[in-house]
Amino acid sequence: MNIDLQAREITPLRNTFAHVAKYIGHEKAASRYQEATFGAQPMANFQYRPTWDPEHELFDASRSRVVLADWYVLKDPRQFYYANWTMTRARQQDAVESNFQFVNQRGMVAMIPDAVREKTLSILLPLRHAAWGANMNNASIAAYGFGTAFTAPAMFHAMDNLGVAQYLTRLGLALDEPEALEMGKKAWLDAPEWQGLRRYVEDTLVVQDPFELFVAQNLALDGQLYPLIYGSFVDDHIALQGGTAVAMLTAFMPEWHDETARWIDAVVKAAASESDANRQLIAQWIKDWAERAQAALSPVARLALGEHGEAALTEARDKLDARCRKTGVLA
Amino acid sequence: MSNVFIAFQDNEESRPVIEAIAADNTNAKVVHSPGMVKIDAPGRLTIKRETIEEITGRPYDLQAIHVNLVTLSGHIDEDDDQLTLSWKH
Repeated sequence: MNIDLQAREITPLRNTFAHVAKYIGHEKAASRYQEATFGAQPMANFQYRPTWDPEHELFDASRSRVVLADWYVLKDPRQFYYANWTMTRARQQDAVESNFQFVNQRGMVAMIPDAVREKTLSILLPLRHAAWGANMNNASIAAYGFGTAFTAPAMFHAMDNLGVAQYLTRLGLALDEPEALEMGKKAWLDAPEWQGLRRYVEDTLVVQDPFELFVAQNLALDGQLYPLIYGSFVDDHIALQGGTAVAMLTAFMPEWHDETARWIDAVVKAAASESDANRQLIAQWIKDWAERAQAALSPVARLALGEHGEAALTEARDKLDARCRKTGVLA
Repeated sequence: MSNVFIAFQDNEESRPVIEAIAADNTNAKVVHSPGMVKIDAPGRLTIKRETIEEITGRPYDLQAIHVNLVTLSGHIDEDDDQLTLSWKH
């Protein structure tokens, strides 16, 4: 008896859900990111307005002064949805973990000169609190923003900020006794150099407009803080004075900043290119908040880098302005 | 001219690679078969790292295509930035 085996192709009648196909068309197979994002925003059937904010619907695009016909235009170029975001971060966590092991096993902390170690702690540990503020702010963007394409990555960003704060905590414990964390908090609360930045963080905690908060936190502040601290301070200053271990233990931060900058720029670009009113509004926010952030970081830059601090901060500001020009928001 | 071809498993990881190939090689023909995507091109076909990175928005190691690569034909010229299949030396 002969058995004839034949492969038979069964083509699917449709490639994705109807609400996703509305955005990408029926012919194309949707990516996981598209299926996890498009049409996921709750839009209808809210009979009651929230008692805590009767002016708005529960999910309401008008909480922001930025006006978009469709909030799904704020796509994440990294195409993160929950699964691939966690996988990416898990890989990075493994890398950081082995860095900590490497530094521990070889006693690299003991090789850091005491002055360099103390300088590192005095700058990086108060920044735990800035990272926590960034976590709160991004959670707020996720809560009050509109459109899953915008709010889902904001929530990932909030968790990433928490991760940054945790890495700083571990760095403090690797470099010194647990009291170092207490000292960092004291500096954040009392030392005059930190009060400008603390005020900035606390003022952003009450910004109501989610898009303005996005600009103030993720673009204006972090866009200057990360190049200043993890570029100029850690990589160019501390690492060259025998603090290579510090650069290894903070390796995640500059890498993460570069990656997330692509998302932040893409969001700002998409929102600004929709209308001139959006562009002007966002440009104004960038100018105001970047100016304030620069002023707030100025004493920190001086504390970290002495007389070179101001130049390093100006360099960070120039980098931020160049990013904003590239997105077409600033002329 | 003879065709060169390359085939990938049909999954989420190969999707941006296939998209990039289709974008960079206008004369390539993408054929979806069950579980596999085969791409035929007359004479020559290039995979560019840069295009894949534009699609995914993240750094991409071109060697990662081998995880989902099923088969290919053609002479290979590859470096960190591109992989080219062709019948020319």
